[in-house]
Amino acid sequence: MNKQTDDIQNPALTMNGIGKSFPGVCALRNVNFNLRRGEIHALMGENGAGKSTLVKVLTGVYSMDCGSVRLDGKSIMIKSPQDAQKQGISTVYQEVNLCPNLTVAENLFLGREPRSMGLIAWRKMNIQATELLRELNISASPTAQLDSCSIAIQQMIAIARAVNTKCKFLILDEPTSSLDADEVRRIFALMRHLKESGVGIIFITHFLEQVYEICDRITVLRNGELVGEYEVRNLSRLELVSKMMGKEIENLSVLSSEKEKVKPADETPIIEAVGLSSGNAKVAPFDLKMYKGEVVGFAGLLGSGRSELVRSIYGADKSVIGKLYVRGKASRIKKPLSAIKKGMAYLPEDRKAEGILSELSVRENIVIALQAKRGMLRRISRKEAEKYADEYIKLLSIKTAGTETPVKSLSGGNQQKVILARWLLTNPEFMILDEPTRGIDVGTKTEIQRLILKLASEGKSIAFISSEMDEMIRTCSRMVVMRDRRKVGELSEENIDQSMIIRTIAGGDGNNE
Amino acid sequence: MNKVVVQIKRFFSRLIVIFQRLFSILETPLRKIFGHKLAIPLLVLTAVIVQNIISTPNFFDISIKNGLLSGYIPSIMDEAGELLIITLGMTLVIAVSGGVDLSVGPIMAIAASFCGLLLNGSEYRTDVFQNPYILALFIGLLAGVLCGAFNGIMVSYLKIQPMIATLILFTAGRSIAKLITHGQTIYIMNPVYKYLGVQIPGVPIRTTILISLLFVILVTLLVKLTSLGLYVQSVGINGSAARLVGLNSNAVKFMAFVICGLLAGVAGLVGSSGVGSVNSGELGMSIEMDAILAVALGGNSLSGGKFSIAGSVIGAYTIQAITTTLYAMNVRPDQLNVFKALIIVVIIVASSEIFKERIKRLIRRILSSIPKSSKKTTVVGGCSDEN
Ligand SMILES: Nc1ncnc2c1ncn2[C@@H]1O[C@H](COP(=O)(O)OP(=O)(O)OP(=O)(O)O)[C@@H](O)[C@H]1O
Ligand SMILES: [Mg+2]
Repeated sequence: MNKQTDDIQNPALTMNGIGKSFPGVCALRNVNFNLRRGEIHALMGENGAGKSTLVKVLTGVYSMDCGSVRLDGKSIMIKSPQDAQKQGISTVYQEVNLCPNLTVAENLFLGREPRSMGLIAWRKMNIQATELLRELNISASPTAQLDSCSIAIQQMIAIARAVNTKCKFLILDEPTSSLDADEVRRIFALMRHLKESGVGIIFITHFLEQVYEICDRITVLRNGELVGEYEVRNLSRLELVSKMMGKEIENLSVLSSEKEKVKPADETPIIEAVGLSSGNAKVAPFDLKMYKGEVVGFAGLLGSGRSELVRSIYGADKSVIGKLYVRGKASRIKKPLSAIKKGMAYLPEDRKAEGILSELSVRENIVIALQAKRGMLRRISRKEAEKYADEYIKLLSIKTAGTETPVKSLSGGNQQKVILARWLLTNPEFMILDEPTRGIDVGTKTEIQRLILKLASEGKSIAFISSEMDEMIRTCSRMVVMRDRRKVGELSEENIDQSMIIRTIAGGDGNNE
Repeated sequence: MNKVVVQIKRFFSRLIVIFQRLFSILETPLRKIFGHKLAIPLLVLTAVIVQNIISTPNFFDISIKNGLLSGYIPSIMDEAGELLIITLGMTLVIAVSGGVDLSVGPIMAIAASFCGLLLNGSEYRTDVFQNPYILALFIGLLAGVLCGAFNGIMVSYLKIQPMIATLILFTAGRSIAKLITHGQTIYIMNPVYKYLGVQIPGVPIRTTILISLLFVILVTLLVKLTSLGLYVQSVGINGSAARLVGLNSNAVKFMAFVICGLLAGVAGLVGSSGVGSVNSGELGMSIEMDAILAVALGGNSLSGGKFSIAGSVIGAYTIQAITTTLYAMNVRPDQLNVFKALIIVVIIVASSEIFKERIKRLIRRILSSIPKSSKKTTVVGGCSDEN
């Protein structure tokens, strides 16, 4: 009995004096970390603090420069992710690494397919996949192609894939950044279940609420260095945030007072959609007016067609039907370039697949949209591009070794900032921001919300999608509610509150159209 | 007996210690040198040249014979001319599509056939031009452009994989060229025809060298002065992201294939001019393989994305140098490809990421096994903050 509690109290996995540097950056410096069995341990820190790097060192993606790893007191060498898997450490990395053109079942079992006589037993695999999906409460068909699933489902599948192998330790790097409350609850149920069966879990997230809901201990990193390790119940939110940022901060939720009351008078809307719809019926025809100086939120469950709606305005998908008026003039927007030329900008939801140009430098990633707007022959000179890049690196405090660093070596949150910079640089009048704060740390998140309000006060019109209701309530002056690929209502300023939105989403009242 | 063993052991352990020391001293400069993206290509080229210097002491000698620069280096550069021009186009195609253009050889034949047909009219062997020289060149190039456009349409608008799309002209191209020339080899005896591929009277450098370098410069300017280079890389890295930032992915791909076709046309004219005849069964035979290898040797990823023209140029010269060297070592032509393949496999493996990572780990392991006393010189861990 005694021995067993010992087992739980003593850290099973300890990392000591870990150091790792990349050309031009020191990502980790003398970091200690330990994980017990049956605990959920939050790893917190600002963007670029070194969380993902620590995890990748642990799982053998990177080799560490110095330090040691012990498993149950025995020193171990983990050489590769496969090796980590063998030692019982399963990981879901920040950038989900699944194969979009394989089926759900294939992705779940990739590399360890059930076989009979050396051949893959497809039927058996699909049956096992169905069971697994049901067990974890994931609504996806095993034979569906992965890229036909929403990001949230893909995220769930990545987790399912990780827990599928008998794991003793599970690492989740921002698994909830694109999920809505409901899905987060489901993932938490799964995590609790694993915790009870003795699995030690490392959980990386930027959502404080989630940390306080589910975690036992917190390790905080700042600029690659260890700040400390704390029991969740002994650390207040405010303390946690100031530990992460390295400075005292005022209350986070003062923002709503800054929200300006905009009265879209009877001027012509910047964007007016009449019966617009993407031809592939991903969203039912809708009407929408967007005025100067307002932030309009799009609320709805995942898969309710929010992203598809804004994409059809931007011409992101081919074959759009219906009418679109830009500043009162009827316009046909068939491709993104014409939307950009009309003053639109679109920050897509899926950073990896549709946002970053991973091998290109930070500078090239920032200027590419402006360059496309200007055309091929009017090249932005190297000097000018560097000036822009420097300006935005400073403005958004992007953490990078320099303007020439390939964007793929930036931390997830910093990549997101680069894409935001890309669109700000084109100086658009109408911005579509689909999950702009995805993977961005608490401090910066408020900065970005401020920035959005500031842009609106400068006369830009902003369409804002976020899976965080709070964030939208704080910034939006109007809210469009979607359900089942259909626009079901609009809430004006005075009606925007959590319960009202939820009621409308669920199909209660709300001024249906 | 035992003593000998002990001594040998001692000798080896000393040798290892010396190596470790050497490593630890050289680590930083070595990492700097090998970190550069053109490191491996340059290293290989140097190795080939060193081998040549050893086997032929007069390798660097350049003299003027019959009013032409001659010597090993000019002749390698001359022989590399067509390959170099083709490699430029191949670089763009690979970068934009992650696939290859197999049809460059046949396009060379088609372009040269049109040119030859216009110059010779109905005759197979003549020394009077039947049509203006410039017109013939123009039509030849136009044929190249049209072939490139055909490939481009297949790949960008019909979404056929580049390898498959260009397989069409790869198989049909030479037959088309034979149709144009009625299956005959065309001999063009007018000395003017040799200007392009041999020498313009009074100019002491082979025209092939000049033309190929001219196109290197033109393509570099095109890529650097317009934003074509950025577009090509963006589309190659992530087509859908490129579309969403306002690039016309299809048009960029199309353009790359057209440029590749045009350059194949140029190479065809140069090549046929060099031999003074158009033999569509021979011209540019298996040049596509050499071009693909040159791109890879130049440190460019064959799965598309970032590219370096400088790398490709080095790659093309390296391939030609290897070929020339092997010939000089009396390797029979029919065995040439075996040796070439061996050398290239080694180079490609050596420059692969996995191999580099393995080597790095090996070095680190050797370094960390150094006895404590000498540890001062070997800062393995620890961070040196450079920014
Ligand atoms: N492969 C790499 N090459 C060069 N630098 C890298 C590489 N990976 C990470 N870095 C750098 O190391 C630092 C830490 O990055 P890391 O991804 O660990 O941050 P993070 O804490 O996970 O941030 P986020 O919350 O944004 O995901 C960053 O400054 C990043 O630029
Ligand atoms: Mg991260």
